Amino acid sequence: MDFITANNVTFSYIDEDEQQLNTENVKQVLDDISFTVKKGEFVALLGHNGCGKSTVAKHLNAMLLPTGGMVYIDGIDTKNEDEDFTIRKKVGLVLQNPDNQLVASVVEEDVAFGPENIGVEPKEIRRRVDLALKAVDMYDYRHQPPHKLSGGQKQRVAIAGIIAMQPQCIVLDEPTAMLDPKGRDEVMNTIKKLNKELNITIVLITHYMNEAVSADRVIVMDEGKILIDGTPQNVFSQVELLKRHRLDVPQVTELCYNLRSCGVEIDTLCLHTDECIEKLLEVLR
Amino acid sequence: MRDIAFGQYYPANGILHRLDPRGKILMLITFLVLVFCTSNYYALSVIVASVALIVMLSKVPVRLYFKSLKMIVFIIIFTSILNLFYATGEVVCEFWIFKITREGINNAVFVCVRIICLIFVSSTLTFTTSPTDLTDALERLMKPLTIFHVKVHEIAMMMTIALRFVPLLLEETDKIRSAQKARGADMESGNLIQRIKALIPVLIPLFVSAFRRAYDLAVAMECRCYHGGKGRTRMKSLHFIKRDYITFLVVLLIISGVVLCNVFLPQVAR
Repeated sequence: MDFITANNVTFSYIDEDEQQLNTENVKQVLDDISFTVKKGEFVALLGHNGCGKSTVAKHLNAMLLPTGGMVYIDGIDTKNEDEDFTIRKKVGLVLQNPDNQLVASVVEEDVAFGPENIGVEPKEIRRRVDLALKAVDMYDYRHQPPHKLSGGQKQRVAIAGIIAMQPQCIVLDEPTAMLDPKGRDEVMNTIKKLNKELNITIVLITHYMNEAVSADRVIVMDEGKILIDGTPQNVFSQVELLKRHRLDVPQVTELCYNLRSCGVEIDTLCLHTDECIEKLLEVLR
Repeated sequence: MRDIAFGQYYPANGILHRLDPRGKILMLITFLVLVFCTSNYYALSVIVASVALIVMLSKVPVRLYFKSLKMIVFIIIFTSILNLFYATGEVVCEFWIFKITREGINNAVFVCVRIICLIFVSSTLTFTTSPTDLTDALERLMKPLTIFHVKVHEIAMMMTIALRFVPLLLEETDKIRSAQKARGADMESGNLIQRIKALIPVLIPLFVSAFRRAYDLAVAMECRCYHGGKGRTRMKSLHFIKRDYITFLVVLLIISGVVLCNVFLPQVAR
């Protein structure tokens, strides 16, 4: 069943910085975007800075409303203002900067913030907070102040804060962009775990190709339009198309691609390092 | 800027840490009033003894208490000296145009001890109560003010966020300062006005980034269904239990001690 349905979504706004008397100051951010996300799916949304990825994210929990077209979350139209909180309970949004989305100065208080807002009973909040912190492996840090944690840990607390609201879907807007490699791994493992074990639908917005590889499906955006929508294997095999839009492919894929264009016989373009090593060994034998 | 001891939480497992924060705030207010109600040395010594008891019970290193005094040492000395000379009465000693009177000495001692007690007691509150507990307790204590249309929840939320962002902005100030120094900004030399002017390149980026953070935070809060205090529940609910009532009894004892000393023992000439 489709959890998210976006039908011909367009979004534009008037750029007030350049308010001159021409019609050029209407910025078209999203241009006729349609896609669906199934329940329990792990979708990665790829694209350059300024291609409209974050705008898409904010459309998925009714923070922004489409100028044209429709967005349905679990069958609810996001334009229906009375359902704003219902939608935000279903779809949690994790932002890029972990520092700016934590509200309280104690980890567990921060995780409790969401459930408190939607009026959950105190005992139930306690239970949810403990569960959420265990789900992201941050239970031992529950009494710490956030500013004593590392970036990856802070981002996991932010994810816990969303999980405590028991959403069916989590949208993550470049959650690893400000983290070091270690923090990036921590957050990616948490996301994969949530998808597999709690069956939460994940929409991961990123510009790291290696992260997109672990998704079930990859949607590539460029200049407000959807460029390709398919499995990682399918998407990253279109190396020429991606390169033409100044997008990268995972390093191993590029290696395979370059070897193939030099005449080495590699049948598939690999996505994972292990897979690539095996393929290369095969070729060398 | 980091080692401001006053107003910092010191995690420990003392009895004072476990008391209900609402009770602690009320007791602090009682104590503050009490300190100014002392009219003789006996009452003052009751206060000093109870402050010593409180400091001991708090399980916070005494060193920290004295550190919190450091900031206002100047004020204490200044007011004491002023009080020492600024009184009329029985002259104890005299030189040039200065006269030290018995009343002056008494005043100076009282002022000095009172300020130290004030700082110690209020530091105890902040040392033993986490900022979140403190804002939480304040929100609950001020709840009756909602009938006068005071936005109690909003004030408490602002305090929570301020407490959350103070360490962050301090860190950022350090970063920006280093960045400006790396670009050749001179912040250590020159007179006062020049140094204040040198702060402008630090403050402007700080403000810009604070606004950006505020915007991000607002988005994050809205994503988590924040819509003011209406219909909001709390994870931790506060209840007074046996140990709180016992502490109230002790405080009552101290109050009666001070009152008895004030009433039945001779007043000090001031």
